[in-house]
Amino acid sequence: MADAAFHIVDVSKRYGPRWALARLTFSLERGKSLLLTGHNGSGKTTLLKILATAMSPTLGKLTVLGHDCHEGREPIREKVGLLSHASFLYEDLTAAQNLVVLARLIGMTDGEADATADAMLTRVGLAKRRDHPVRQFSAGMRKRLAVGRLLLKRPELALLDEPFGELDPQGIGEMEKLIAELAAQGTTLVLATHLVDQGKALTTERLHLEEGRRVEARA
Amino acid sequence: MTPAETVAQAPAVTTARPVRPGLFACTVILLRKDLLLEWRTRARLNALVFFGICTLLMFSFALGANAMALREHASGYFWLAILFASVLSLSESFRVEQENHSLDGLRLAPANGRAIFLAKAIGNTVLLWGLGAVLAPLSIAVFDLRVVMSLFTLAFIMLVGSMAISAAGTFYASIASNARARDVLLPILLFPVLVPVLIAAVKATTMVFEGDPMNQMESWLTLLGSLNVIYWGLGLVLFPRIIEDL
Ligand SMILES: Nc1ncnc2c1ncn2[C@@H]1O[C@H](COP(=O)(O)OP(=O)(O)O)[C@@H](O)[C@H]1O
Ligand SMILES: [Mg+2]
Repeated sequence: MADAAFHIVDVSKRYGPRWALARLTFSLERGKSLLLTGHNGSGKTTLLKILATAMSPTLGKLTVLGHDCHEGREPIREKVGLLSHASFLYEDLTAAQNLVVLARLIGMTDGEADATADAMLTRVGLAKRRDHPVRQFSAGMRKRLAVGRLLLKRPELALLDEPFGELDPQGIGEMEKLIAELAAQGTTLVLATHLVDQGKALTTERLHLEEGRRVEARA
Repeated sequence: MTPAETVAQAPAVTTARPVRPGLFACTVILLRKDLLLEWRTRARLNALVFFGICTLLMFSFALGANAMALREHASGYFWLAILFASVLSLSESFRVEQENHSLDGLRLAPANGRAIFLAKAIGNTVLLWGLGAVLAPLSIAVFDLRVVMSLFTLAFIMLVGSMAISAAGTFYASIASNARARDVLLPILLFPVLVPVLIAAVKATTMVFEGDPMNQMESWLTLLGSLNVIYWGLGLVLFPRIIEDL
């Protein structure tokens, strides 16, 4: 399993009395891209958060990029990027400042961080809003900036939770392009979305969840 | 130069994975971020100072025109004003992390959990100390105090007092920030733990204004120092676990 991007065995997650994931076993090879589908509440977000080590599974074993999640989460976190429902952005910092903080945290110098932040803002189409605080951004712009945050980290495994949410048609098109670029660079992708058609075009594998269990996809 | 021009000149992204900063460097990065946030929301900072001043003045109104009593209890009012204001600044410093789950963003970056604690606690220390620097001259004027010992001693007491409040406060604010009743929970958790800090800081501050005939200053400062060792030590050990296992 050394070249698996992730490998999970019997992973279960309980919130209070309710199981959001029930004995899920799955693995994904590196460089592959996975479409994760299921109705609202089927456990997609929960699975992505567990893969990102944002939360631990209640039961089960989990290896991400060759690292066991019980042997320390930092090596996993260094290589995994999560585009979440929450943007992780600071409302009162500018777009550029938000990116610079992350760039500095992953080890760039001040100069590199500034240059990379500017390059990312251009890439996600926010260069003109560089010095505007996030508080003034629309939902779609926040999404773009959150994507910039993900790209900046150049993750080996990118976990995208509803990446098309809150985007206008043009934004969806650009997002598809960015995701295709990521895949072309060899990034392993997990894409959770209810836009099955868009998702299918971008991915090679499929995992369909129903009430936290893996089932064969019908569509 | 317009942003677009800056971008045009930006060097290509390097391909090697950079080395992540260590505990100290990470703390500096996060502290800079926190201070930048404070600066960009300085209207809230002004409100904090105003709140502190109000609290201080309300105590003096409550006691009426009894100059003797006011002078005697001035240090107590001074520290209570700082303590009440600290609840506001501490919960605010975690509210900004909760807003878009930025704290998760930091954890997953990944930023060192101890560095997150240190940055928050140092940032709040700076804030409370600054507040003290505004309130101290005001207290001296309003309560008609005479500075018997040096102002340097007063500044030092304010520093160790603020440090103790901030370390314990950062720890509890991280717990309270996840609760629904966070605004009530923080003081309920924090104030009991800070009783010894309050006593020691008030005693030491009183001596700055009334002299120290019994040579007690050193023991009160030692107590404050020990409390700091405990709070900062516990914070460094426990805080990373608290933010991980939510
Ligand atoms: N923090 C939480 N506390 C309690 N229940 C939760 C929490 N997060 C998710 N759930 C529950 O877990 C189930 C799966 O949720 P989620 O993973 O968000 O599904 P999806 O992303 O597929 O819509 C749902 O039934 C949801 O109500
Ligand atoms: Mg979801």
